[in-house]
Amino acid sequence: MIGIPDPAIWIGYVLAILSVIACIVYSVKNWNKSDDPAPDAPEREINWEKEEDKINEML
Amino acid sequence: MLGSIIAFLVYLFIVTYLGYLGFKHTKNASDYLVGGRQIHPLIMALSYGATFISTSAIVGFGGAAGTLGMGLLWLTFLNIFVGIFIAFVIFGKRTRKMGHNLDAHTFPELLGNRFQSKFIQGFAGIIIFLFMPIYAAAVLKGGTDFIQSHFGITYEISLLFFAAVVALYVWMGGIKGVMYTDAFQGIIMFAAMVFLLIFTYNKLGGVVSAHEQLGALYQNADVQPQIEKMVKGGFRGWTNMPAWGTPIWWSLVTTIVMGVGIGVLAQPQLVVRFMTVKSNRELNRAVLSGGIFIIMMTGVAFIVGALSNVSFFSESGKIAIAAAGGNDKIIPVFIKTFVPGWFGIIFFLALIAAAMSTLSSQFHAMGTAIGRDFYQKSLQKKGNTILITRMSMLLAIILSVVLAFLANKLDASMQIIATGTALFFGLCAAAFLPAYLSALYVRNISTKAIIAGMIAGFSVGIFCIFFVHEKEAASLQLCNLLFDKTSIVKDTALAKLALVDPIIFSFPASVLTTIIGYFVWKNKLSEEHIKHCFGGI
Repeated sequence: MIGIPDPAIWIGYVLAILSVIACIVYSVKNWNKSDDPAPDAPEREINWEKEEDKINEML
Repeated sequence: MLGSIIAFLVYLFIVTYLGYLGFKHTKNASDYLVGGRQIHPLIMALSYGATFISTSAIVGFGGAAGTLGMGLLWLTFLNIFVGIFIAFVIFGKRTRKMGHNLDAHTFPELLGNRFQSKFIQGFAGIIIFLFMPIYAAAVLKGGTDFIQSHFGITYEISLLFFAAVVALYVWMGGIKGVMYTDAFQGIIMFAAMVFLLIFTYNKLGGVVSAHEQLGALYQNADVQPQIEKMVKGGFRGWTNMPAWGTPIWWSLVTTIVMGVGIGVLAQPQLVVRFMTVKSNRELNRAVLSGGIFIIMMTGVAFIVGALSNVSFFSESGKIAIAAAGGNDKIIPVFIKTFVPGWFGIIFFLALIAAAMSTLSSQFHAMGTAIGRDFYQKSLQKKGNTILITRMSMLLAIILSVVLAFLANKLDASMQIIATGTALFFGLCAAAFLPAYLSALYVRNISTKAIIAGMIAGFSVGIFCIFFVHEKEAASLQLCNLLFDKTSIVKDTALAKLALVDPIIFSFPASVLTTIIGYFVWKNKLSEEHIKHCFGGI
């Protein structure tokens, strides 16, 4: 297949392409799904961001 | 050379400007919500991809494909299926949520806070600091090998130049986790690899023709003497898997494919990327661009690496590794010899970008591993954190450069970059993966079980690296010094074990110990804490 005689190789080749297709299908199907039962509280997000900035400043 | 220098300066300017923009946006409280983590999923995926894929993957593993053949495409499959799909969907979503619930900012902190253990955070921090330089050195070597071929200068001078560029990048603020910078680097990488794929297949008369020519090369009478030694090791051509159970098969399957393919799930510098997105929707969307990005990186590098044998043979009568003068030189010399000069400049930038985006996240992880995880959180010290973080980062950079320098002294026919990378990935899988998976999915597991699993996986991994797996043990010399042979199982009934990658022993050891610990030790973490960890999950 595709000029490769050994199935153990071309299966890897095809699986790599199929896994990309799976990624695309999954992504498109779940494009607008947040599946997040409880979004973070705004204060928690702000605090997380502030702490992250502090770490970056340290570096 | 002038073209490369100008292009490089323009690149550096854009990267610095993007870094500046990224920070300008998150300066006041309301911006944190608006501009903070409202990052476009494409940007997140490109940033994750650029951090994941480095010169190690393109030059090191691309070179390994030049030597071992297209069997490396199994790694591409795992890179996408495990490194993107499973990582984002199974691990990413819970990591994001739990990371925020626990106010975790590093991977050791996520584990430490989840299991309320300063030891876990400190232990993970120390492992990262001590062993990530090996991976960073592999990334540096990939860039250095390319600079050496591209500019025709010595390895040492190339490494000095590259180290200076890295230092400049860190000094200019590139180390700070700015997704836009990473995403820009990802775009350069993507463009370069798209061109490389089309160019290579086109040059060899199309996909099928190119593969057939590569397959035929193995039978060629002029090639046979060049691969005689490899054939003895199990090599059966670049379009065939090596013979089962031979040294080359073990190396390809256990070290290169499994070590890196599984180890990616517990990479500290990648895990933190999940925490920086705002909701699961962004992760769902990022799976698309992430999958496409990775196949265009490792898929192309491995296909081109293997096919380079056809070009090298028709030009010089030698197979790739012989013509290029070493496994890690295959991709750089292929670019230099066969692709148009202007593309050499683009590829030079793509590799600098690939190295920088990975190195910056590695130095970030190594700096925080000591400053935050070990010193501040594990030892509970307060003062001098900034100094300690910066000093440990400087030490990590110096250590990585020294290791990259020493790596060039090793046997050039070895897959030095790929082996170094796989070593770190395998160690991460053994020490961290069962703990990480348990943290996200097993509510009532005890801290003791996690600690036992981490210690078991790490200890078995280190023991195999230093004393059993000959490829590494021989280079590290400790086994030779103590037992006067390159592996303790050599010349014994268990001699075959010297071919098996440490991950095959260390990862199951870690999993088993964690499972036994789960049944032996009762969970002592409070119900309230568990609820807090899993809030919204």
